Amino acid sequence: MKNETQDKEGGVSRRDFLALSAFATAILAGLGIMAGVFRFFKSDAKYEESRSFKIGKPENFPVGTATKLADKKIFVFSDDNGIFAISCVCTHLGCLVYETETGFQCPCHGSKFNMAGKVVGGPAPRGLPWFEITQDIDGSLVVDTAREVPAGTKNRYS
Amino acid sequence: MNETDQTGLSKFAGNVKGLANTFIGSVFRNGKPTSDKTRASAVFNNFFLHIQGVKTHINTLRPSYTLGLGLITFFLLVIVVASGVFLMVYYNPSVENAYQSVKNINQVVFAGKVSRNVHKWAGEGMIVFLFLHMARVFFTGSYKAGREFNWVVGIVLLVLTFALNLSGYLLPWDQLSYWALVIVANIMQSPKELTDSLGLTKYFDVGTYTGNLFLGGSIPTKESLNRVYLFHVMVLPMVIYVVVGLHFWRIRKDGGMTKPDLFNTKASDMGIMVQPKKSGGIFPTHKTYGLMELARGKTPAVDKDVENTVMSWPNLLIAELAVLMFTLAGTLIYSYYMDAPLKEFANPLIPENPAKAPWYFLGLQELLSYSAFMGGTGLPGLALLGLALIPYLDREQDNVGVWFTSKMGKRIALESMVISIIVIIAMLAFAVNFGWLRNWFPEIPQLVITFVNPGTIWVGFMMLWSLCTIRRTGSTRMGAMALFVMFLVSYLILTYFATDMRGPNWDFYWSKSQWPIH
Repeated sequence: MKNETQDKEGGVSRRDFLALSAFATAILAGLGIMAGVFRFFKSDAKYEESRSFKIGKPENFPVGTATKLADKKIFVFSDDNGIFAISCVCTHLGCLVYETETGFQCPCHGSKFNMAGKVVGGPAPRGLPWFEITQDIDGSLVVDTAREVPAGTKNRYS
Repeated sequence: MNETDQTGLSKFAGNVKGLANTFIGSVFRNGKPTSDKTRASAVFNNFFLHIQGVKTHINTLRPSYTLGLGLITFFLLVIVVASGVFLMVYYNPSVENAYQSVKNINQVVFAGKVSRNVHKWAGEGMIVFLFLHMARVFFTGSYKAGREFNWVVGIVLLVLTFALNLSGYLLPWDQLSYWALVIVANIMQSPKELTDSLGLTKYFDVGTYTGNLFLGGSIPTKESLNRVYLFHVMVLPMVIYVVVGLHFWRIRKDGGMTKPDLFNTKASDMGIMVQPKKSGGIFPTHKTYGLMELARGKTPAVDKDVENTVMSWPNLLIAELAVLMFTLAGTLIYSYYMDAPLKEFANPLIPENPAKAPWYFLGLQELLSYSAFMGGTGLPGLALLGLALIPYLDREQDNVGVWFTSKMGKRIALESMVISIIVIIAMLAFAVNFGWLRNWFPEIPQLVITFVNPGTIWVGFMMLWSLCTIRRTGSTRMGAMALFVMFLVSYLILTYFATDMRGPNWDFYWSKSQWPIH
C-alpha cells in the first residue's frame, strides 16, 4: 500500500518537501546573519574630516604657482588654462608623493608620475586623481576629494 | 580497638598533621615515579603531561632529527603571551596615549623595556623557528603517512603568527604603525586594482569594503587602532591557542613523530631503552581491538613498533625542559642586548622614506613594488595554497622520516637551491637595471602589469621547474622538494635584497652607506 504522503507522480514527497524547506530556510537565515555580521564591521560614523573643503579665493593661486596643501593631501596648480587640484596620495599603497622636476615621486615603492599625474614608472596602477573644484557663493574655491574629474580639466575662476 | 578509642579531636589532629601529604596525594594520585608502571601513570594521569605518550620512540629524542624546533616555537608562544600580559598593564590603546604609554614602558616602567624587547623578539623568533620547523617537517617527509592535515594546520599557524606580528607593530602608533596601517589597508583594498582594470568596481567593490573593514574608515583613526588592538590581544590569540591545541593533538592521533623504517639504535640507548615484553607490558602485542581501533583501522603504537622506546618520564620531559631553558635563556640574553625599535610619533603628513616593513615582510614588499594586488594578495595567497596542497599532490609514502628522502633528494635540493639563487638574482638585476614594462610601453594597460611582473614570472618559473623535476625524476616528492627549496631561497633572497639594497624611493643601492643624505 502506497504511503499517503507520497506524490502520485513520483515527485517530491511531503516529508522531503518539508525537510528541504526547513533546510533552505536555515541556509537563508545563516546567509542573512552573515550579511549582518559583515555589515556590522562597516562603520557608519567616521572620525574623519569632510572630504569637501574650501581652499580660499582664486587670487590666492596666481598663474604659474603650485601650492601643496599638506594637511588636505592635494596639490593646487594654476596655469594659463586655469586652476586644478591633483591628489598627492599615491594610487599604489597610499603613501604621499612629493614634487620633482618632472612630476611626482612616491617614496614608498618608487612610483613616478608626470606633471599631469599620469603614471610613468613604478607599480602605481593608475594616475593621481584630479579633483573637482567649484566656487562657493562667497567666492572661495571648494575642492571635493570624493569627486574625480578627468585629468586635464582646468577652469578659470574670478 | 584503637580506632574506637580515638576521639573526634585526635582524628582531626591526625588529619591536620597529614594535611600536606594527603593534599599532594590528591593532586598527584600516583606515588613517586620509581617503577616503569608509576612512571607511565605519572604522565598518563597528569593533565599537562598526558598529551604525550607514556613511552617515546628514541628517534623522537634525537636532537639531530627534530632539532626541537616545533617545541621552541611553542615555548616562544608561551613567552610572548606572558610578556604580552605585562605590556597590557601599561599600554593604552588610544591615538593620544598609545605612543606615550609605549615610551612609558620603554623608559619609566620597572623592567618595562626588557619586557617589551622579550615580547618583540620572541614574537619574531616564532616566525624564524616556525619556518625552520616547517623546513624540518618538509625535508624529513613528515607531512606524509596520515599527517597531511596536520601540515595544513601548521600553515594556518604560520598565517596566524604573521597576523599577530603584523597587528603587534601597528599598536605603538609610531611612524611605522601609521604608515603600515595605510599600506596594509591599501593592500586589502588592492582587489580594486583588478576590478578597476576589468571595469567591475561599480558592481562589485570588494576592495573598498575590505579596506574599510580593517581601518573602520578610509584613513587610520582611533577606530583603526581599536580594531587592531582587539585582534592582537583577543581574537588572534584565542584562535592560535585552539589551533596549537589541534596541532599537538593531531601529532599523537596521526601516529606520533615520524621515524625512518630502518631505525638503528646506538650503544648509548641501551641503558634507557624499554625492552618490549612479548606478553603483558604497556602495549601488549596481542591486544584485543576496541571499537575505536576497528573504526579507524589504524591506531598508533598498538601492536607495532613497540621496540626502541624509552619511558617519557623522565627522558622526554628532561629533553623538553632543556629546550625550555635554552629558549628562555636565549630570548632573555637577546632581549637584554637588542632593543625593540620605536620610531617617531605617527605623522600623517610625512611618510618615511623609505617606508620599510619589519624584515619578515620585506620580501613581500619587494613583490609589492611590482604590483600591489599580486605582491600583497595574489602571490602570497598562491604560495600559501601551494604549501598547503603539497601533502595532497605528493602522495609517495616511501622513506618517510629520512632527511631529504634519498641521495637523489639531496641532489635535487642542492640543484634547486643553486638554480633559484641564480635565476632570482638575475631577475632582480634585470628589473633594477632595465625597469619593467611601463618604462618601455607607457600606455600599457594595468592588467598586463598585474599579471606579468617579476613576481609572477618568478612564481611561474618555480611551478614550471617543479613540474620539470617531476617529469625528469618520475617522483612527485622530488617536485615538491624543488618547489619548497625554491620557496625558501626566494623568501631569504628577497628579504635580504629588500632589507639591504633598497633605499629611499625604493631605489637600488649596494649598501645602506650609499643612501643620499636628506
